[in-house]
Amino acid sequence: MKPAPFELVRPRSLDEALEALASSPDAKVLAGGQSLVPLLSMRLASPALLVDINGIGPLAYVRSDDDGVRVGALARHTDVLGDDEAARVQPLLRKALRLVAHATIRNRGTTVGSVVHADASAEMPAVLALTEGHVTAASVDGRRRIPAGELFVGPMESSLRPDEVAVEAFFPALPAGAGTAVEEVARRHGDYALCGVAAVVRPGEGARVSYFSVCDVPVAVDVSEQLAGGPTDAAVADAAELALTRLDPPADIHASADYRRHLVRVLTARALRSAWDEAHEEGR
Amino acid sequence: MTETRYDVRLHVNGTVHDVQVPARRLLSDALRHDVGLTGTHVGCEHGVCGACTVLMDGRPVRSCLVLAVSAVDAEITTVEGLADADGSLGPVQQAFKECHGLQCGFCTPGFLTTITAGLEENPSPTPEEAREMVAGNLCRCTGYQNIVASVLRAAELRGGDA
Ligand SMILES: Cc1cc2nc3c(=O)[nH]c(=O)nc-3n(C[C@H](O)[C@H](O)[C@H](O)COP(=O)(O)OP(=O)(O)OC[C@H]3O[C@@H](n4cnc5c(N)ncnc54)[C@H](O)[C@@H]3O)c2cc1C
Ligand code: FES
Ligand code: FES
Repeated sequence: MKPAPFELVRPRSLDEALEALASSPDAKVLAGGQSLVPLLSMRLASPALLVDINGIGPLAYVRSDDDGVRVGALARHTDVLGDDEAARVQPLLRKALRLVAHATIRNRGTTVGSVVHADASAEMPAVLALTEGHVTAASVDGRRRIPAGELFVGPMESSLRPDEVAVEAFFPALPAGAGTAVEEVARRHGDYALCGVAAVVRPGEGARVSYFSVCDVPVAVDVSEQLAGGPTDAAVADAAELALTRLDPPADIHASADYRRHLVRVLTARALRSAWDEAHEEGR
Repeated sequence: MTETRYDVRLHVNGTVHDVQVPARRLLSDALRHDVGLTGTHVGCEHGVCGACTVLMDGRPVRSCLVLAVSAVDAEITTVEGLADADGSLGPVQQAFKECHGLQCGFCTPGFLTTITAGLEENPSPTPEEAREMVAGNLCRCTGYQNIVASVLRAAELRGGDA
């Protein structure tokens, strides 16, 4: 299992990287390589040119303020996970990142790479969708902002153009008074989930859930109406049924579609209750 | 058509190695074939087994998921770099020897590097934390009990310093 031949450039600045991407119709960005290198080795991807952005130091940042958390393209999962300010401003980041692979993979893989890789089994695209964040994309033509709702277009397919670098992902701050939760079931700790649910609940104001591993693209569902009277058995069951109308759980060697539907119900209930409880405990 | 080769300067265990490799050379292969350090083992070659784990700037990474050309800015530590300066076993190696933390030894280099970095971060892990530390590495022989014991023994040998 060795990659097919390709050329590689290792620019020291973003502008150089954008030039390189514009110069070749078959170029790909190499960030942490934790998804791309396996694809190359299995020869599921064989680009002519790789643009390695690991030498562009200024892209390695995590910045938090009252608006939210800005994650630069070279911030490794580990850096985002360990950032206390980021965890305070948007607690879903730390809660979800703990479940992304193992520490060794997180040391190299980037959060922005994970988002634009757009794997519907991955945690971070679902968190971006839930929080209604966005990605900033740069090309030789300039910059544009892609909201989460327009980023994920199909399985492993984002609306990022091949000549663009995703320079930053923005995760909006958790509103005051809200609680969060991420619940998943995986065959082994560190594996991709069979089913995963992320939730934000603001008692009396609203509730949203998003799903991974049970849909082609991350799906976020507004369940404010269902949760209006609190997370009763009936309320969380109704929320899960509403979500299921939007989900399409796959059947594979790891789990049947029915079992995944069952997990949607169980994990939706757990996530909504836990987020609700947290909102009350924090009294934020 | 001949494949382009790239001049790559790797910093491995404190020594500089200048190698010429194609862009597709995995760091695992560069270490084994170009640098000649065969202690780093290659199992699955897609990031799952952990046998190829090396330290890049002190952090464990899968060397089969890093291109050699991408490793130029980092200080790399392989299992060969874990012994003490006089050639005697480092604390994690010593602990594996004492606790029978290995059988065939194929997975061992990946465990040794991972645990070395893990104890740097958490010098006195609980049994639960020791388990968590090695959860990303596969071993087909030992059943893991003695590996977990080795983590705890290595912590003792290091004297819980840091
Ligand atoms: C054993 C193993 C287990 C894993 N388990 C999980 C898991 O449980 N959950 C999970 O979410 N992930 C998991 N991953 C994947 C991991 O999170 C990756 O780090 C992540 O998916 C991709 O980030 P990267 O920086 O490695 O991107 P790369 O592999 O470098 O790139 C992935 C894709 O995104 C593109 N890309 C990356 N960055 C940019 C950018 N800035 N601009 C434009 N395009 C870009 C690349 O061109 C490529 O197409 C696992 C990986 C492994 C090897
Ligand atoms: S050989 Fe690299 S993780 Fe298995
Ligand atoms: S000792 Fe044989 S695989 Fe671990």
